[in-house]
Amino acid sequence: MKILVAIKQVPERDAQVHVAADGKWIDESDLNYTINEPDAYALEEALQLKEKNGGEVVVVCAGPERVTSTLREALAKGADRAIHIEADDLGERDTLGVARILADAMKVESPDLVLTGLQSDDLGLGQTGVVLAELLGIPHATIIMHVEVTGGGLKVKRELEDGWFQHVEMPLPALLTIQSGGNKLRYATLMGIKKAKTKETKTVQAAAAAASPAIMLERVYLPEKQKKTEMLTGTPDQVAAKIVEKLKFEVRVI
Amino acid sequence: MSGVLVVMEQRGGNWNRMSFEALAAGQQLAAKLGVECSAVVAGDGVASLSAELTGKKLAKVFTVEHPLLKTYTADGYVAALEQVVKQAAPAYVVFPHTYQVRDFAPALATRFGQVLISDVIAVHDGPVFVRQLLQGKLNADYKQTGAGPCFVSVQAGTFRADAVEAGAAAVEAFAPTLDAARIRNKPGELFRESAQTVDLSAAPVIVSVGRGIGEQENIGIVEELAKALGAELAASRPICDNGWLPMERQVGSSGQTVSPKLYLAVGISGAIQHLVGMKGSKTVIAINKDENAPIFEVADYGVVGNLFEVVPALTKAVLAAKG
Repeated sequence: MKILVAIKQVPERDAQVHVAADGKWIDESDLNYTINEPDAYALEEALQLKEKNGGEVVVVCAGPERVTSTLREALAKGADRAIHIEADDLGERDTLGVARILADAMKVESPDLVLTGLQSDDLGLGQTGVVLAELLGIPHATIIMHVEVTGGGLKVKRELEDGWFQHVEMPLPALLTIQSGGNKLRYATLMGIKKAKTKETKTVQAAAAAASPAIMLERVYLPEKQKKTEMLTGTPDQVAAKIVEKLKFEVRVI
Repeated sequence: MSGVLVVMEQRGGNWNRMSFEALAAGQQLAAKLGVECSAVVAGDGVASLSAELTGKKLAKVFTVEHPLLKTYTADGYVAALEQVVKQAAPAYVVFPHTYQVRDFAPALATRFGQVLISDVIAVHDGPVFVRQLLQGKLNADYKQTGAGPCFVSVQAGTFRADAVEAGAAAVEAFAPTLDAARIRNKPGELFRESAQTVDLSAAPVIVSVGRGIGEQENIGIVEELAKALGAELAASRPICDNGWLPMERQVGSSGQTVSPKLYLAVGISGAIQHLVGMKGSKTVIAINKDENAPIFEVADYGVVGNLFEVVPALTKAVLAAKG
């Protein structure tokens, strides 16, 4: 089974972000980047499926030169090959634009299965996978916790709201967006890191962006507060005493 | 091409209540633009649901019925709604941001060469659609620049279902052309893992722990605080994903929705998926090392500090206060 995993490189979750001077994105200097966490779960699922059923895992990432570090890390964890779609203008492409360059790179690979995270930690639009499936003309299922290969295709466990789940059977090739938490993530081993150096990373050029995207991010800014927050300050003991005051006289739970 | 079309969600003849929040959003957007708002219900045997909508201020209620829409599939819904949207030709298509919408709406938008503006938390004049970035650390203004209909999904709790305006609407039946051979997925019945033994929704006081706790063995200090307060212990998704606490203690869109008297968030940054599960709490106290953590936006009282110092001190103070 040939499995392609679409991964995205995003700012680290605990990164201190600042709005860029032009107000259109965040200041990217001094930012540390990492693999988008749901995509790490997609990669883990792919590696486990390969271990069970055999085949090949190919990781695909679009972005500037810096994303190759995330691809190398995926190779160190056990992916067999990597494809870097070189694009310095991701910010000017909307979801459809990004899905198009992913689809271009994937079509020639004729995958049996395409996996990706259910959403990105940065933009969080949560739809690249579904749009990609539509462009590739293959069925999809989203927010998947568990994947089982059956005779004719897949049986997947889909997460729904409020603790509900559903099994869905589907033919291959197919695309799944993976929810975090279905598996335990592995770390790259020393041996894996060594091996990664001998693995192939193919670089392809992204096709030029469409003249105008369908949606545009015009401005980013700090959210307005929904509530007036009273900040409690002091030493830990002082803060604790202040909280107890509130719990006693205002919240009335003590 | 004009007007707003709201796509309502039902399963087995029961509404997803978020549909009415989307309906309120659609009506308000239509009023802002000075155009008409309509709604669509898709399924099989949903006439009584459509009838309920005739009492709302809507131009039309499209009842889209077909045996192949009895059970949700992305292929069935995309094909049917593509036909409805082509006929109704709205300028805006509004959805509730549910798991089901996340499964099909992006593909529907792709059919029109458009991109869904998802999980919107406000609509300003323009219209400008506001959504959150980077786990809620920043907000962003989005605008439709494409020529086709603009597809928008609204976040739970953003619009009030009770703000839906009453009126009179005409029902229009719409029979989509669907082919069973083109519905590729076979959905099974819904199920729950196990009977939920912890009902967080009934707890008056909840102490909830997040990623900031760092290690599983550190959870003990939060457990002690919960015990001192007589509170239920809860967690954000990453804690349950790691298996540090059982899934049934998870608060958020994929876990339980709670609205206790007190929600004390320890080391929780406040990703959107968590906030939708607890923002109805009466009082929120947040302890976090990052002063820019989004949890402080919904907190009544905030402490910027080291939870490993603050939490034990608080446990001690609570026990002392209780005598």
